[in-house]
Amino acid sequence: MTIEQKLIKVGMADLGTAVEGEVIRTTGLGSCVGLTLYDPRTRLAGLAHIMLPTSSIARESTVNIAKYADTAVPELIRRLVYAGAAADRLVAKMAGGAQMFAFAGQSETMRIGPRNVESCRLALLHYAIPIIGEDTGGNYGRTIELDCSSGVLSIRSVQYGSKEL
Amino acid sequence: MNDFHKLHDFKLDVLKEVGNIGAGNAATALSRLLDKPIDMTVPRVSLIQFDEIAERVGGSEQVVVAVFLRVEGEAPGNLFFIIEQKSAKAMLNTLLSIQVENEEGYTEMEYSALSEIGNILAGSYLSSLADFTKLSMMPTVPSIAVDMAGAILSFGLLQHGQMGDSALLIDTAFLEGGEAMEGHFFLIPDPESFGKIFQALGVPNE
Repeated sequence: MTIEQKLIKVGMADLGTAVEGEVIRTTGLGSCVGLTLYDPRTRLAGLAHIMLPTSSIARESTVNIAKYADTAVPELIRRLVYAGAAADRLVAKMAGGAQMFAFAGQSETMRIGPRNVESCRLALLHYAIPIIGEDTGGNYGRTIELDCSSGVLSIRSVQYGSKEL
Repeated sequence: MNDFHKLHDFKLDVLKEVGNIGAGNAATALSRLLDKPIDMTVPRVSLIQFDEIAERVGGSEQVVVAVFLRVEGEAPGNLFFIIEQKSAKAMLNTLLSIQVENEEGYTEMEYSALSEIGNILAGSYLSSLADFTKLSMMPTVPSIAVDMAGAILSFGLLQHGQMGDSALLIDTAFLEGGEAMEGHFFLIPDPESFGKIFQALGVPNE
C-alpha cells in the first residue's frame, strides 16, 4: 500500500509549513540555507529557504521576511505555534550554505554561504531551539525534503547522492 | 529606487541591444574556436522572479555546467555562461578532439578547457560591452561549477536580494545546429549599474 503524500514546495526566499502526511521540499540550495523546524509531537514542520544573513542589509521597501535568517526564524516559529506546535518542543535541522564558487580574493559577498549558516545558528540560539541535524558548507548544491510523519530530512546533491538526517 | 517595473519598452530595447552586442561578439568567438557556425537568439530582457530564473535552463535541479564571472568596474554585475552537460561534452569533443569517456564527471583537463572557453566567451562579451558603453568592465578570474542550476544561479542574485525578489536578466541563447549545442549567457547587472549603463548610452533618466 502506498500512502499518498502531499508535497509542499517552498521557493527561493520563501517559507512554508506542512502537517502530518505531507512532505515539504525546497530545491537548488546553493549559498542559501534550507532551515527546517519540527515539532515531533504534533508533527508540524516549517521550512524556510533563506538567502541572506540579516535584514539589516535590506534596501527593499517591503522586507520579505522569509529571505533573511534573522526574520525568517521568528516568522517560522510564529506560524508553527499558530498551527498548534509548541515553541519549546521545536527542533531544527538545516542544510545548504555552500560556497558555490571559489575565488582568490574573497569578498564578503563570496562568503555568503558560511555567513548564512552562522546567522541561522545565532537566530536559533536566540530562541533556544536545538539544532539536531546539519549538513552545511562545501561547494555543492542541495535539494532537501522533510517528511512530517517522521521528521527525517533527506538531502540530495549531484556529487554525493542522497543522505538522511 | 528599484523600480524596474516601470522601465519603459525603450529602455528594455536598449538592454536587449546591450545583450545583443555582447553575445554577438561572444558567438563569433565561439564560432572561431569551434570552427563551426553558431546561431544566436534575440536576447530576452526580463524582470524575473528568483524562483523562475532557473526555469530558463531546465529547472532548479537541472544539472548544468556554469562558468561564473563577477564583473567589476563602473557597471558591476554577474555574468554566467551556462551550458547543458550534453553540450559541454560535445564542445569538448570538437575543441580537444577527445572522446569524453566518463559520462558523469569531468577530468581536470576538461574542467580547465571548459573554464577557458567560458573565459574567452565572457571576455569577448564584456569587452564589446565596455567598448559600446565606454564604461570600464573587468571580469574576475572565471570559476566553474557543475551543479544544480538553482544553486548556481542563486549566487548571482545576491546583490538583487537586498532590493527585492526579482532581478533583471539579459538572456541570450546560442545554438549550433548539427550537434544541437545549446548555451546561455545570463548577464545580471547589479541594481546600481542600470543607471550607469543608461547614462553611458545617452538614455534620458526621468
